[in-house]
Amino acid sequence: MSKVMVVTSGKGGVGKTTSSAALGAALAQAGQNVVLVDFDVGLRNLDLILGAERRVVFDLVNVVQGDAKLPQALIRDKRVETLHLLPASQTRDKDALTAEGVERVIDELRERFDWIVCDSPAGIEKGATLAMRHADLAVVVANPEVSSVRDSDRIIGMLDSKTRRAEAGEKMEKHLLLTRYDAGRAARGEMMKVEDVLEILAIPLLGVVSESPDVLTASNLGFPVTLHNPAAPAARAYSVAAKKLLGEEVRAEPAAKRGLMSRLFGRRAAA
Amino acid sequence: MNLLNLFNRSRSAPVARDRLQVLLAHERAFGGDADLAAVLEKEILEVIARHIPVDRDKVLVKLERGDHVSTLAIDIEMPETALARG
Repeated sequence: MSKVMVVTSGKGGVGKTTSSAALGAALAQAGQNVVLVDFDVGLRNLDLILGAERRVVFDLVNVVQGDAKLPQALIRDKRVETLHLLPASQTRDKDALTAEGVERVIDELRERFDWIVCDSPAGIEKGATLAMRHADLAVVVANPEVSSVRDSDRIIGMLDSKTRRAEAGEKMEKHLLLTRYDAGRAARGEMMKVEDVLEILAIPLLGVVSESPDVLTASNLGFPVTLHNPAAPAARAYSVAAKKLLGEEVRAEPAAKRGLMSRLFGRRAAA
Repeated sequence: MNLLNLFNRSRSAPVARDRLQVLLAHERAFGGDADLAAVLEKEILEVIARHIPVDRDKVLVKLERGDHVSTLAIDIEMPETALARG
């Protein structure tokens, strides 16, 4: 049974595309057949993060408008063969997407893939609402920072009212992915803690990704971080998140002999 | 004093959390009716304009959000002639 998952946030620059690529790659590495769909029409970037920017021929808009067949537009990753990309158009704008066209493409993708990961554009306009429209579950990406948390709250409200599931009276499954976290600053009271954000947004926690140079290095090289350096804390956080999405029981990693702060926060960051 | 300031400044996270909790409680309550203040202003002014001329530039609308109670204040400057006429 296929699952459509939207990765969304409201605010830009919090790590939606990085997280879409890393979660999609981690799911594919776990043997799932995955397609990443870039909904950021006009500002595509998922191709770049995946290192597939030179292989884009057709895109989502071409398929939605019937100018290309779906298999022509799909790009298979060269490193993980069950990972695919449906890129966004770089030359069109979000009005090129239609609700009916997107629905048709999603239905077609459901027949081919276990996971359809929709990377939402920032904002609350058409692109973002179309990206979340057909989702079975949502990953809300937030930074521990006031504007990001406020926008996430707004997006959660939209997930509960503007999606097909919500309109049909069904429950919309939502998960929080907290990125750019700094456990040290949180411990010193300089940054909201994981618990603070969880209490405010009141949705279950999928994972905490600490601020890390590995993420930038991986995107520089065109690799999802889970592929580039699977042992990096950020990559581990995404891999554990993917396992949770697959319904696996994920136990906290065994406590190493570390300082109290590191034990309290470092482990949570990896879990 | 300086040391205290330094300490307080670094512990900004609780302030962020508290501000968000107050703000979001309001935004959720008025979520579907995003611009309640604007709607109230418009309708109240319509009622008043039926009786006295109102200069839109001399209307001041203030919405003050508190933890438990919010206040909406609408100040309307009435021309001298308005009351005299009545």
